Amino acid sequence: MAQNLVALAGNEAVAYAFKQARPHVGSAFPITPQTEMMHKFAEFVANGEVDTEMILVESEHSAMSAAIGSAAAGARTFTATSSAGFALMWEMVYVAASLRLPINMALVNRALSGNINIHCDHSDSMGGRDSGWIQVFCENAQESYDTALMNFRISEHMDVRLPAMTNYDGFIISHTEDALYLLDDDTAYDFIGPYQAKYALLDVENPITVGPLDLTDYYFEHKWSQMEAQKRVFPVAREVMSEFGELTGRSYDFFEEYRLDDADLVMVVLGSSAGTTKDVIDEYRDKGVKVGLLKLRLFRPFPVAEIVKVLAGRKAIAVLDRSASFGGFGGPVFTEIRSALYRQEQTPIHNWIYGLGGRDYDLKQVAEVIEKLQQIAAGEELQEVNLLGIRL
Amino acid sequence: MAGPMVEIRWHARGGQGAKTAAMFLAEAVLDKGKFGQGFPEYGPERRGAPVRGYTRIADAPIRRHCSVEEPDIVIVLDSTLLESKSAGVTAGTSADTVFLINTSESPEAIGKRLDVDGAKVYTVDATQIALDSFGRSIPNMPMVGALLVVEELMTIDELKIALAKRFSQKFSQAIVDGNVTAVERAYKELRSA
Amino acid sequence: MSLKKASELTEGGIITEAGNASEYKTGDWRTFVPEFVVENCIQCLFCWIYCPDSAIAVDLSGEKPEVTGIILEHCKGCGICAAECPPVKKGKAALVMVREAK
Repeated sequence: MAQNLVALAGNEAVAYAFKQARPHVGSAFPITPQTEMMHKFAEFVANGEVDTEMILVESEHSAMSAAIGSAAAGARTFTATSSAGFALMWEMVYVAASLRLPINMALVNRALSGNINIHCDHSDSMGGRDSGWIQVFCENAQESYDTALMNFRISEHMDVRLPAMTNYDGFIISHTEDALYLLDDDTAYDFIGPYQAKYALLDVENPITVGPLDLTDYYFEHKWSQMEAQKRVFPVAREVMSEFGELTGRSYDFFEEYRLDDADLVMVVLGSSAGTTKDVIDEYRDKGVKVGLLKLRLFRPFPVAEIVKVLAGRKAIAVLDRSASFGGFGGPVFTEIRSALYRQEQTPIHNWIYGLGGRDYDLKQVAEVIEKLQQIAAGEELQEVNLLGIRL
Repeated sequence: MAGPMVEIRWHARGGQGAKTAAMFLAEAVLDKGKFGQGFPEYGPERRGAPVRGYTRIADAPIRRHCSVEEPDIVIVLDSTLLESKSAGVTAGTSADTVFLINTSESPEAIGKRLDVDGAKVYTVDATQIALDSFGRSIPNMPMVGALLVVEELMTIDELKIALAKRFSQKFSQAIVDGNVTAVERAYKELRSA
Repeated sequence: MSLKKASELTEGGIITEAGNASEYKTGDWRTFVPEFVVENCIQCLFCWIYCPDSAIAVDLSGEKPEVTGIILEHCKGCGICAAECPPVKKGKAALVMVREAK
């Protein structure tokens, strides 16, 4: 099908996807680097390009609260934030997932203070990894746009009914002018489809109570239902991604395998770092080093079975984390991957924490990790948790 | 990396339009069937502070998302940055790097100031061209015009069309026309230099 | 009371049965119970207004609503009705709290 090649910054691309979903309600409060995303969306509303009730709230706690009210009322709803804004939403982030409201959020990843820093890392979204939201990480503007569209379908699916975050790296994606293909508005909307509420407060024929007191007798059972809904994301996401692939020619999966088939050495990364990593992997492949990349897209739910299948039996694995878990054993992606592979034959899995506060993840850093992986595969005992691109 | 890629690093002071130029160029090359990536280095945004911008242009989608450390082309919008250590105009450059400098000085004089052996230097007085064309010392667009002499990314006419299209969404007709005049003059001046 | 299994619950703990509080019996919580003395009642309906548990039975079939007694399966014995019952005939209130024999 015909698609329009344009140059847009990541924020504009995601605002465009949200517009094409024709949400009934959007609520947001500006914060760098998310601001341009909601500006762009507000511009669409002001120009009459989309008939969304845009609520400009006074804080992110209110943004998420308004989104919850709207979704509970029965409306397709979105919001967007970054960093400290996400932190201020905190209790309501959990409420959105607990109430099983398919709110869609753009989380433009930015370091969570302090000291104050406006640049990218994943400390904001990693804080929300246990909140019950679907979390997908994106490599570039194209993937952010595509993911935002697909996330509406996945989160609103009747088997799922969970809120979803489209994560994309602050500035590195949000503010970079990048070439991408856009669907036309009708095709995009037809792909997502009209919103169907499962329960709606505004359905006066069928009155409901939302958010009652939930104590020792039933709370645990309701948490079980959230766990089960997360599991049902897998088949639904597969179906949606496959349909999207047929429509656009761009195929996605839980993760992307790059030159992984025969790779002895594997790097695991999230987000915009994947592209930089691919360029260096190509250089090492030219030199005969069998190195590949697993770019994890779906972090929640975590596709453990598929990851084990792909990573088992490799000679050495490097997991890169763009956030730290202070006092913990490595970063959050590392602990997850390492735990997944526990029952497998002993593949050394090492961790590199990098890029905090937007520190550039450059070609030399990728090369440094690949060099270390070669040493580990050759049997050298190296430190398991490491820092990359830091002055010590 | 599939196919060749041109990596450009912009050095300027806040307010001179390096961000606009870096991002504009990334969009403008789309019409030539190429892929562009443009972004500035964000920091404390103050008028006059040294800033950097980056543009990559390639035949295939651009995957890397790091800043440009080994530029093919360095464009300097303010020649006082040549001596600034923090600006790092020559950082990561090699004998193949081309420098395009906004200055009234000669390429030879700038070559000495750059202190790089055998540096390929082009100069154009973009500030004067901007002042003459639209009355403001914003030299970004004339520098894009001059860039076409150094690297034939598109014809000057194609650039003028792309510029008019992009700028007319944001600026008055007088500013659009002034910039179109400026890119053409900078292009012609450098070509005949 | 047997509790439902996780798989039998609505997602998000949504309650889909409207007005189901009437199914929740609270009559065995009380120590004191209001006794309705019909001949003292002036039908002001204060008790019906103040009762926090909708435990005042009112007959709506006539020209005017008429208090007919206490719904004992919901009355928690809080005594608000007796406290609010206007002592229009001194010592002859229509609602009197008495210790319930159990």
